[in-house]
Amino acid sequence: MAIAFLGGFSRSHGAQRTGTASVDETKARRFEELVLPHLDSAYNLARWLTRSDADAQDVVQEACLRAFKYFDGFDGQYANAWLLKIVRNTCFTWIKANRPAAEAMAWEDRAEEVEADAASIELNAAGLGRSPEAVLAEKQDARRLNILLAELPPSYREVLILREMEDMSYREIADIVGVPIGTVMSRLARGRQSLQAAWHRSEHGSRP
Amino acid sequence: MNCTEARALEPFYDDGALDAATAAAYDAHLRGCATCRAGHAEALAFGQVLKRDLQRYRAPLELRTGIRTLVAPARGAANLRYLARGWNPVALAASLALSVALSSTLTAEYVAAPNDSRVVEDVVSSHVRSLMGDHLIDVASSDRHTVRPWFLGKVDAAPPAVDLAAAGFPLIGGRLDYVDRRPCAVLVYRRDKHIINLMVWTNESGEPEGTEAYTRQGYNLLRFAQGDLTFWAISDLERGELADFVRRFEIATAASPS
Repeated sequence: MAIAFLGGFSRSHGAQRTGTASVDETKARRFEELVLPHLDSAYNLARWLTRSDADAQDVVQEACLRAFKYFDGFDGQYANAWLLKIVRNTCFTWIKANRPAAEAMAWEDRAEEVEADAASIELNAAGLGRSPEAVLAEKQDARRLNILLAELPPSYREVLILREMEDMSYREIADIVGVPIGTVMSRLARGRQSLQAAWHRSEHGSRP
Repeated sequence: MNCTEARALEPFYDDGALDAATAAAYDAHLRGCATCRAGHAEALAFGQVLKRDLQRYRAPLELRTGIRTLVAPARGAANLRYLARGWNPVALAASLALSVALSSTLTAEYVAAPNDSRVVEDVVSSHVRSLMGDHLIDVASSDRHTVRPWFLGKVDAAPPAVDLAAAGFPLIGGRLDYVDRRPCAVLVYRRDKHIINLMVWTNESGEPEGTEAYTRQGYNLLRFAQGDLTFWAISDLERGELADFVRRFEIATAASPS
């Protein structure tokens, strides 16, 4: 009697496990199908915002865990923008918690920055430990450009990355960053202009 | 429109974000103003520099696999929770019904012939290898008259290399690889910064007709056949975009003699 009961018990557990496994497996598979194809975009954004390989990996991992946690409430539309929004917010939280106050501040004073004129955006060379001279000495055009972008203030850097590298629309960028479209447009314009100006300055500096 | 206004509109003009009337006013201003014309040309040139030189980082392989294992063991954890709770006939019946309902959709999408799974794994490995090291391209060219002959004598099937740049999928080259226990030709295409590997070999009897879609490790794969050739397209593009690539490739190769 006892043996029969135990047998039934373990069998029914087997069946129950199959049932719950299917639900979770479906979720994991749907996640892999919808979200993981955008892992490069996620990593690229995190890498540009944290400016560190190791930190970008931590941030993306954390962001994916969050995404998986909230995946049930996700409608399946625009998975790319949905994931990037989570990555972007995870970056922001992470930088506030782990980076010097000055760097976190650059993320906070967004309103003032938008008011600033493009000409007044100064490259924050200190953030990367590079002197302006070192940037100017970088002869290779592509490397120089990438260093200049990395040193652009984060609110300009992020919209440029989303637009130029991820081909996001103004509306998608507005949703990811959490600002009105008009703000996205003015940041893009000013970001591009100041990057272009810095690029030309460095070009003349590197080729005396 | 004066110069200040024109300069403010310039980036949006290039993005195609201006309405027709404003764009026309901008054009009119540019025609009459050499300074703004020069500024516009400079901004356009810088846009090209951005497109060409900005570095797009790729997720390292260990991050990709790490996230997959983070997501997958959620199954195991959930099971333990249910085990601890013990036997519950109502939950059991519900989960059984659910698993039956789910299994039919799963079968349609994921279950492939066991023979296929090795090919799929091989295709994914080849794709990942090509992105990790320097071995993405053996012959770098967008010219079909360079890429196609390069394969002759190296593999049993010289692939129909067509440049799809006009459709936004430029051909960037080709390479040799070893997939499913045979050397195969790989055409390498690009969509913006995403790489598409298109693997080609002569099909053997028993390979299914039609198109099949797979998703593995966050990559989308599409298998299709054309004449006596089997193709596997793989990329991190969304499935719809990859299907668009395959459709355009099929149209272009059908139109041009190989």
